[in-house]
Amino acid sequence: MINKIVITSENVDFLNKISELSDQIITRCDQCGVCSGSCPMIADMDITPSQMMRMVQLGRQEVMESKAMWICASCFACTVRCPRGLDLSRVAEALRQVKLRQAIDYIDINNISDDEIERLPQIAMVSAGRKFTG
Amino acid sequence: MNLVKDNKKMRIPYFPGCTLKTTAKNFEISALAVAELMDIELVELPRWNCCGTVTSLTSDDLMRHLAPIRNLVRVEEMNENGEIKDEYRLVALCSMCFNVLKRSNLRVMENSEELEKINNFMYLEKDYNGKVEVIHFLELLRNIGFDKVKEKVKYALTGLKVAPYYGCLMLRPKEMGIDDPEDPTIQSDLLVALGVETINNPFKTRCCGSYQTVRDKYAVAELTYDILSRARKEGAELVTTSCPLCMFNLAGRQKEVMEKHPEFKPMPVLYFTQLMALAFGLDEKYYGFDQNYIDPRALLRKKDLLN
Repeated sequence: MINKIVITSENVDFLNKISELSDQIITRCDQCGVCSGSCPMIADMDITPSQMMRMVQLGRQEVMESKAMWICASCFACTVRCPRGLDLSRVAEALRQVKLRQAIDYIDINNISDDEIERLPQIAMVSAGRKFTG
Repeated sequence: MNLVKDNKKMRIPYFPGCTLKTTAKNFEISALAVAELMDIELVELPRWNCCGTVTSLTSDDLMRHLAPIRNLVRVEEMNENGEIKDEYRLVALCSMCFNVLKRSNLRVMENSEELEKINNFMYLEKDYNGKVEVIHFLELLRNIGFDKVKEKVKYALTGLKVAPYYGCLMLRPKEMGIDDPEDPTIQSDLLVALGVETINNPFKTRCCGSYQTVRDKYAVAELTYDILSRARKEGAELVTTSCPLCMFNLAGRQKEVMEKHPEFKPMPVLYFTQLMALAFGLDEKYYGFDQNYIDPRALLRKKDLLN
């Protein structure tokens, strides 16, 4: 049986939105997988970085419900290796921002234990606040 | 370059950032002291503010670049009011601050419209004119010459096996990097000048997990376990870094590593400037070893490098 992928105008709008927000020509990705092979966080992800790119290319908004974009540590390992010159960290950031700008936070700072608050350095708290909360 | 003339010190603006004033005091204390010995006075920016720690990566987020640019305005001010003479380089020690300040600087330099918007928004401040060059302290030392560092070494750290860890933000993305993003040598070149035997850890540029340490400490502990176990397998006795968040993840999180991997033995992680202070024979108060998550003193005494 052939599964035909139908691209609707909604799909195109989503691709365009993420492309604009990330300032990346996402359609350039040719799915080589170097990003996934370079990602230090991949063990904790539900979809790989290359799958994330493919889903955005097809405008599949369910990518927004995946964990991958939140597990990304913005380490730029994929960015320096992408043979198509794409910055996947920016794509993951754009996806996060779509959620965060709707005031949907990924973590609740109130749930961090006092012991952890005591131990964590400032830069950990500030950067986590930036990446996980809006 | 504004090098030392007539025994005068090089005075250069310096951005400490929040963590160097708190959990990474030992980084600042040791760095300022070794700089002093090398005739560099790192002059703290007046009224500096937090850089934001991570660069905002979306295209429409100019607001997030105000904080870094405001710090760059201070550098120009210092030159204008004579506090600093013709020195537009801004030194950062923390890799995160370095990356954020440099990236915001590059962004507005490539886009005059954005710079104008930022300047208009901060109408109470002087305009930023784009004169500043953000550099990492390691870069400054490389520019001066690691041979000059070697000249200051009083007690060579012979026999100490150190694996330098670079992490992400002094190397990546490429435009931000101070060395080859895949195979950097800048830290190891410095350590060699101190007499150290450097160990090449294949995971030297692998991310420590960064801010994910707040979301899931055990996920980060696994990364730490991989990075340090590999360093040890290659023969390293300790690891050096230049980032307070890498420091926390690699050293602070060893507690979580040992919960999951009881066979793991603690491994000291030091700021590279602490080893410099030791090799320069500075007073013990500049080492700041008491603030390290894993106390390196037993190892250094065993190696006959510390009283």
